[in-house]
Amino acid sequence: MTGMLAMDISSLTDVIVPTLATTFRPAPILAALPVAGVNWHSVLFLLFAALACGFAVAVVAADNVVRMALYLVFSLGATAGLFFLAGAEFIGAMQLMIYVGGTLVLLVFGVMLTAQAPLVAIKASSSDRTLAAVAGASLLALLLTAAFSVDAWMAPGSEVVPAPSATPLGMALIGVRVDTPPPGSPAGGRAGYMLPFEIVSVHLLVVLVGAAYLARAKRRKTPRAIDAVASAMPVEPVVASTASGVASGRPAGGAKSALVGGGR
Amino acid sequence: MAEFLIGLGLPGWLAWSIAALVSAVLLLNVIAGGALVFIWAERKIAARIQDRLGPTRTGGRFGWLQSLADGIKLLAKEDLMPEGADGLLFRLAPYVSFCASFCAFIALPFAFDVVGQRLNVAVFFVVAVLGLEVFGVILAGYASASKWSLFGAMREAAQVVSYEVPLGMCVVVPVMLAGTMDLVTIGEKQAGWMSNWYLFHDPFTFVIFWVYVTCAVASVNRAPFDLAEAESELVAGFHTEYSGLRWSFFFMAEYGSMFLVSALAAVLFLGGWNGPVPVAQLVGLSEGTGDSAAYFVRLLGLGNLIAKATLGVLLMMWIRWTLPRLRIDQVMTTCLKYCTPIAAVMFAGAMFWQLFLPGGLLPGWSRPAGEIREGWLEGPGGLPAAHPTTSGHNVGVAATDPSDSSGLATRSPR
Repeated sequence: MTGMLAMDISSLTDVIVPTLATTFRPAPILAALPVAGVNWHSVLFLLFAALACGFAVAVVAADNVVRMALYLVFSLGATAGLFFLAGAEFIGAMQLMIYVGGTLVLLVFGVMLTAQAPLVAIKASSSDRTLAAVAGASLLALLLTAAFSVDAWMAPGSEVVPAPSATPLGMALIGVRVDTPPPGSPAGGRAGYMLPFEIVSVHLLVVLVGAAYLARAKRRKTPRAIDAVASAMPVEPVVASTASGVASGRPAGGAKSALVGGGR
Repeated sequence: MAEFLIGLGLPGWLAWSIAALVSAVLLLNVIAGGALVFIWAERKIAARIQDRLGPTRTGGRFGWLQSLADGIKLLAKEDLMPEGADGLLFRLAPYVSFCASFCAFIALPFAFDVVGQRLNVAVFFVVAVLGLEVFGVILAGYASASKWSLFGAMREAAQVVSYEVPLGMCVVVPVMLAGTMDLVTIGEKQAGWMSNWYLFHDPFTFVIFWVYVTCAVASVNRAPFDLAEAESELVAGFHTEYSGLRWSFFFMAEYGSMFLVSALAAVLFLGGWNGPVPVAQLVGLSEGTGDSAAYFVRLLGLGNLIAKATLGVLLMMWIRWTLPRLRIDQVMTTCLKYCTPIAAVMFAGAMFWQLFLPGGLLPGWSRPAGEIREGWLEGPGGLPAAHPTTSGHNVGVAATDPSDSSGLATRSPR
C-alpha cells in the first residue's frame, strides 16, 4: 500500500516538474550576463593560486614566528585546495594531513620559543634578505623555465579527466599496478613500488624506535647531574671551575660543571 | 540538484553555485541548529544526573528555549580582548576552529548519496580535517596572552597529536572490511539487518568500536579528556579570555565536532543510514521503485543517521557528567599504553578474521563479504565496473551523478 502511494506521488512530481520548467524560464536574461562565458575552473584555480602565493609572501614578510607558521598553514591549505580542484582528492587530503598537520608541530615550537621576549620579533638583516632573494629568484626562474618548456601544460586542458581513486595507488604500493598505462609508453617495466615502500617503512620504524630509546635511556641510566659533578670534582667549588672552563676553552669536565653552574 | 536547476533552464555556473550554496547552508544549519539542541540537552542531562531540574522556565515546561535565550545573551555581551593579545590571531582563532569543524562535514554522508561532496577518500579527508581544529585552539591559547590559555592550548596540542594515532588505526578497520575509503560505499555495505553492521562483524570490530569511542571523545576534547579547558585548574583553558560571539564559535565548533565523530562512528560501525531493521525494504520500497520512493527512503535514512549520531552525542554527555577528569599523565597512558596497542591487536585480528572467516562463524548466515569492492578488477578491460550493489539497492540511483550537490571541483564548466 505504501508502495502504491509512493507511485502516486512519483507520477504527480513527473507532471509538476516539466510544468515548472516550461513556465519558469529565466535563462535568456541570465545568459546575457557577462559572467556566463567565464571559465570558472580557471577562476577558482587563480583564486587558490593567488592565496597560496600571497600567504607564502606573507610568511617571509612577517616577523613573528607564530604568525609565520599560521601563514604557512594557510598557504599549504590553499595548495591542498588546488589539489582538490584538480580532482586529486587523495593528494589533497594527504597535503592537509602531513604538511598542514606537520606545521602544527612547528606552531607549537613557535609558541614555546616566543615565550621569551627576544624571539617575539625576528628581524632578518639586509644581507640575509639579499641572499634569500637571490636564491629564491634563481630557483623561481629555473622552475618557471622548466614549467613553460612542457608543451602539454601550455594548452588549456579541455577534456574531463575521471577522478582516479586511491585504490591504484595503494595497489601499486604493494606491488601490483592496476592503472592503465599512458598511450605510447612501453608495456614492460611497470613494476609496483613494494621495495621502496618497505625500505621507507623500515626506516621510519628504526627512527621511531631510536627516538623512543633516546627519550627514555637518559632518565634510567645516568644518576643526577649534580651527583656526577660532585664525584668528578670533589674539591673545587663550582664557581672556580666555571671560570677555568671559560678560560681554557671548556675541557670535558669543566664544560659539564659549567653547564650545571650556569643552570642555577 | 544542479541537474534539476539546469533542467529549469538556468545556466550551468549559476546552477552549480546555487547547489553549492544550498548544501553549504544546510551543513551550516546542521552545526548551528545542532549546537542549539545539544546545549539544551547537555543542560538537562547534566541537571538530571546531578539530581537537579535544569532549565525549566524559558519556553515552557522543559525550558527548551533556553539555548535561544543564551544565544541572545551572547550576542549582547561585550566583546573583550586582553591588552597584550595578538589582535589578528585572537580574532582569527574561533573562525579557524569553526571552519575546520565545518569543512569535515562536506564529506560526511547523511543518507545514501545525500552528501555535500562524495569523495573517494572521504574517511581520510574527515580525519585529516578534524585534526586541523586544534589550530584554532593553539592560536587562541597563544594570542590571548594569558598563562591559563597557553597551558590549555599546549595540553590540547599534546593530546590531539597523540590521539590521532589510535583514532586512525580504529578508522582503518571498517575501511579494510569494506575495501574502500568512500563513506557512502562503506555505509551501503552494511545495509540489511542489524547483524550486517560492522560493529557485529566480528569480536575484534566490537572491541575496536569502543576504542574508537574513547579516542573520539579525547580528540574532540570532551570530559574526561577536557584538560585543555579544565575549569578547576585553568579557569577555562584556551578560551579564558574570550566572550560573546567569539566564544560561542568555539562552542559551536565543539558541538559540531561531537556530532561529526558520532556520525562518523555511525557510518563506520553502526550501519550508517541503515536502520536496525530494514523497514523500507520489508514494505517493498527501494530506491529503484520511483523517484519519490527513493527520496522517501533517503529521508528515512537521514532520520536514522541523525538519530544514531544524536545518541552518540548523548553518550558523550553521559560520560562527561559521570566520570572525573583524568590527569595529563593518565591521558597519555590511556592513549599510548592502552588504546594504541589494543587498536593494533584488534586491527590484526580483524584482518585475520576477514582472511579466514570472511562469511562469519555461522555457515548459513549470509553476509556480503569477500568480493572485491571498488570494481577495478570486475569491469572488462580494467575499466571500473558499475558501483557494487547489495540487494539491488541503487538501481534507480546509479544513473544519476553521485556527486551532484557541489560538484565544482572535478568537472569542466558548462
